[in-house]
Amino acid sequence: MDTFYTDVLCIGAGLAGERVAVEAASRGFETICLSLVPPRRSHSAAAQGGMQASLGNCCMGDGDCPDIHFSDTVRGSDWGCDQEVARMFAETAPIAVREMAHWGIPWNRVVAGKSTYYKGGKQYEKVEPAEREGLITARDFGGTAKWRTCYTSDGTGHTLLFTMDNQTVKLGVKVHDRVEAIALIHDGETCYGAVARCLKTGALRVYMAKATLIATGGYGRLYRETTNAVICDGSGAVLALNTGIVPLGNMEAVQFHPTGIVPTNILVTEGCRGDGGTLKDVNEERFMHIYEPGKQELASRDVVSRWMMHHIREGKGVKSAYGDHLWLDIRHLGVKHIKTKLREVDEICREFLGVDPVTQMIPVRPCQHYSMGGVRTNKDGAAYGLKGLFAAGEAACWDMHGFNRLGGNSLAETIVAGRIVGIKVSDFLEGCEIAIRTDVIKAAVKKEQERIERIVRGKDGRENVYKVRSAMQDALMEGVGIFRTGEALRKAVEDLQKVLERAEKIGLHSGGVGANPELSLALRMKGQVKLALCVAYGAEQRTESRGCHAREDYPERNDRDWLKRTLATWKEGETLPTLDYEVNSSVWELPPGERGYGSCRIICAEDTAVMGQSATQPEAN
Amino acid sequence: MGRSLKFNIFRFNPEDPASIPHMDTFHLEETGAMTLFIALNRIREEQDPTLQFDFVCRAGICGSCAMLINGRPDLACHTKTNNLPEEITLLPLPVFKLIGDLSVDTGTWFRAMNEKVESWIHTEKTLDPKAPEEPMSNDLAEEIYELERCIECGCCVAACGKANMRSDFMGAVAFNRIARFMMDPRDQRVGNEYFEVVGNEEGIFGCLGLLGCEDVCPKDLPLQDQLGMLRRKMGWQSIRHLFSGLLPG
Repeated sequence: MDTFYTDVLCIGAGLAGERVAVEAASRGFETICLSLVPPRRSHSAAAQGGMQASLGNCCMGDGDCPDIHFSDTVRGSDWGCDQEVARMFAETAPIAVREMAHWGIPWNRVVAGKSTYYKGGKQYEKVEPAEREGLITARDFGGTAKWRTCYTSDGTGHTLLFTMDNQTVKLGVKVHDRVEAIALIHDGETCYGAVARCLKTGALRVYMAKATLIATGGYGRLYRETTNAVICDGSGAVLALNTGIVPLGNMEAVQFHPTGIVPTNILVTEGCRGDGGTLKDVNEERFMHIYEPGKQELASRDVVSRWMMHHIREGKGVKSAYGDHLWLDIRHLGVKHIKTKLREVDEICREFLGVDPVTQMIPVRPCQHYSMGGVRTNKDGAAYGLKGLFAAGEAACWDMHGFNRLGGNSLAETIVAGRIVGIKVSDFLEGCEIAIRTDVIKAAVKKEQERIERIVRGKDGRENVYKVRSAMQDALMEGVGIFRTGEALRKAVEDLQKVLERAEKIGLHSGGVGANPELSLALRMKGQVKLALCVAYGAEQRTESRGCHAREDYPERNDRDWLKRTLATWKEGETLPTLDYEVNSSVWELPPGERGYGSCRIICAEDTAVMGQSATQPEAN
Repeated sequence: MGRSLKFNIFRFNPEDPASIPHMDTFHLEETGAMTLFIALNRIREEQDPTLQFDFVCRAGICGSCAMLINGRPDLACHTKTNNLPEEITLLPLPVFKLIGDLSVDTGTWFRAMNEKVESWIHTEKTLDPKAPEEPMSNDLAEEIYELERCIECGCCVAACGKANMRSDFMGAVAFNRIARFMMDPRDQRVGNEYFEVVGNEEGIFGCLGLLGCEDVCPKDLPLQDQLGMLRRKMGWQSIRHLFSGLLPG
């Protein structure tokens, strides 16, 4: 069996994984990245909008600073984040953006003089000062006080990923692409690397490392309707969960977006509604004004998503071969507006749907978009429970997003966390030596060989892996989507427990020879159902509404009882995760308050350590 | 009622000693807005779980799913079946090493290409984390981005007559990458250094000028312009080379 020894093993070669690898390699450590796909195909490339950093160069970002970015991030998280981490993030983001410029990102720049922009369908004018000509500029994104999102046209994730991968090539970081880690090697105290399967040949390999990083992205593909790439199936979270020791944080924190196109769930931007686009039903009638007379189509992401699903459930959806959907209508904005200000939307509609948005309506429905939960780490990126194991990016619950991530903060997190965690991993490696436990490696490999053998030979049954996946997706879409109630969540948990029983009986219907795609999925499936149960059970237990987690039976944000993070671990042989809780922030620089958007019913915290000196208390003089 | 589509798909699993290269036929009823992403996943889930193909983003930005679609290299994810006849023939991209069926190893090829052209900014400068960034004009940033849009899908290589004949030919993707760095003032490489990489038969002088690359690029990159520019600049470099050898030091 091929065995590789390295200082750092990065599982995942998207932006976060590669940024850690670049840091470690530039400190002289040998680094190998594993990636399901060639690294430049990672889902990081899909982020189009940009990354937030408070450079304050453009006139609409005048006066911006890390303090304001911090405040926006904490409000966005609905006070569910770790404020120490959010502070570190906001302070580091400007450095990370400039570092990427140094490495070659063609950031869009300030152009001095007058220009126009649109807001709510209306045109406004702004004037950029001459002294800032040529500095990195920014665009407007939801939930931010300033224009702060740095960008390269409509391909920010793409240019960041290519530039980062250029650095790994320059530094000689080895990237083993089409290799999937299928189990961590550990002795209950220390992580020694991973057992992996080559997706070109199907052969097993062993990677031994002093430090192992999980940077595999989110778990959006647990849901049927998601904007995520097909590789975002939570494989890194499964590696951690299967140790029985390492906890996953806030897995119930899942963000939805109102306008994915049907059938392929590719995102069309909020700008459509921002500029005056409307949502319509099967009768080609608007409906948002019935539910939200004030903000109508422009209510927050989760609110619009919820009413859309409600309307579909009322039987007002449009039937299609891919399930019910609604219409997004931008025809009235006119050809000029659509071809210039909404060019991306025009291209997506024509290229992937064959729809001309100038003359036709766009089929849309809400879908999963981002995973705030993940492998729980401390502020250094070190996973709880196992020495030598780290996590970064969407795969991690480092926890700067809490219960809702702001647009532009996901790309920023990959680069910033990658930089910070990369330094901490390198510090950890200074003088670090490990004794190789051959018995531990042997046991880990044997366990995986037997698992593969049982699935290929159908020793536990012949459950069809695609049907099991479909059943898992049904349970999540039905019960753990945008609408959450105790009753539906309990049913989802029960259903998923039945799916888990089926997942244990998966057997192949093909030979399993070589890079067999059925086997690849079968090896992932049981872990994915466990993740789904962490999401569903965590959501069922959390009896409040916070950020994207909206409980109809508990509509208040409950700071008195729920200013805490869910930690899910899975004990061998159990049918449910074990849930523990920890205080979600050790510092309360910004005490919990109103976000200033969305509905705001709050049960206040009573702890003065959280709330600080209350304004209503008499002054002590 | 949709059309009945007939798919002829190349099959071969190099890891299976019993496998020999052949074509398999599958039938599917067409549904609205069907793309090859939807069709191929349905075939795998409903008819043959061993079928190998590659999709990642399924939104035309990651470059994973290039294949020969009725003879023409293109991204499968953005190919709608209603733009194709009822009979659809799918083959893996040529030039790249076959992994199985429609899946090819582009990762190894592009890593080697990036190493060869040294696809990174070459600079003596170091980053001062506290200093503001160096200014650049927005027009130049957008010009660089225009070439940076390449997604390394491999369509241009598959459509290249020279690359199909000669495995060490660098291809339009490499020329475009070099043009991108030549345009970037942050890269301190000079003409001669680029000449050493690309001023030869594997490089720009090996190009036959057939321009299949530009015809098939799914991102509509201006490849022809880059080929022309490089040929001119490297032509001058080669004359300079010639004379520097003849002239006394």
